[in-house]
Amino acid sequence: MKRGIVAFAAGAIFSAGLCLSGMTRPAKVLSFLDFFGHWDPSLALVMVGAIGVSAVAFRISARARWTPILGGRFHVPGTRKAVDLQLVTGAAIFGVGWGLSGLCPGPAVTSLASGQVGPILFCTSMLAGMVLYRLAARARAPRAERSPAASAS
Amino acid sequence: MTNLASFVPPLFGGVLIGLAIATLLLLNGQIAGVSGVLGGLVHPRPGEWVWRALFVAGLVGGGLVARLVGSSRLGDWNTPLPVLAVAGALVGFGTQMAGGCTSGHGVCGVSRLSVRSIVATATFMGVAAAVVFFVHHAGSS
Repeated sequence: MKRGIVAFAAGAIFSAGLCLSGMTRPAKVLSFLDFFGHWDPSLALVMVGAIGVSAVAFRISARARWTPILGGRFHVPGTRKAVDLQLVTGAAIFGVGWGLSGLCPGPAVTSLASGQVGPILFCTSMLAGMVLYRLAARARAPRAERSPAASAS
Repeated sequence: MTNLASFVPPLFGGVLIGLAIATLLLLNGQIAGVSGVLGGLVHPRPGEWVWRALFVAGLVGGGLVARLVGSSRLGDWNTPLPVLAVAGALVGFGTQMAGGCTSGHGVCGVSRLSVRSIVATATFMGVAAAVVFFVHHAGSS
């Protein structure tokens, strides 16, 4: 119950941050990515602010013997260092989609609240792309239980 | 010339995003990477579904509040729908393959100084910038 409330509140704070920062405005995001045109560098500050705060939280979570306040353990990815083709290829494919639309997953989901057809279409095909990847990964490795790296290392 | 005041909302928005990540991590022990949360909804494991659904509901709820306070921050959609459909599929497929997106790799991973996340973030930002360059500049001048 408490954990559910926390999850909902975290989502709401997250999307408030996205809306305030301008990440939910695809045209602004595209001008942030437009290094060779009228570059709008302001969105770099989103990463500065977010990383500054979350770095502290991750440092706390890395302390031995500390556990989450509501119990359980920290689901933080291990210290796997290997950069592989899957990581780079996946990131490149994501980059193409982000560069075409100015939308990454968080702002896309938040924008569903606008009720417009654009975000609904985008999110539908985003989920379809996710399912497609799962099916493709399963087809390639029928037995090996692929650890869902999706927990965002 | 970009006005200095235009840097304030992105900075505070970023701080809010960091606070959301800290909240979910320190209370529940979970990582607020949006593509990771969504991936777990598409491919559910026992006991892992409800908090993810509630996090997503919170995202949409926050968007509704932003809409109610009259913010014009949701919108300015200039991209043609077929492009949005293709882009969405690429974002879904690519983030699952890479194991993270702007939040999971770009914020959570980078703030842990994960080498994989730093490489992923440099890759998707570089590729996205290249796509923007080709779409908006190549051939048009």
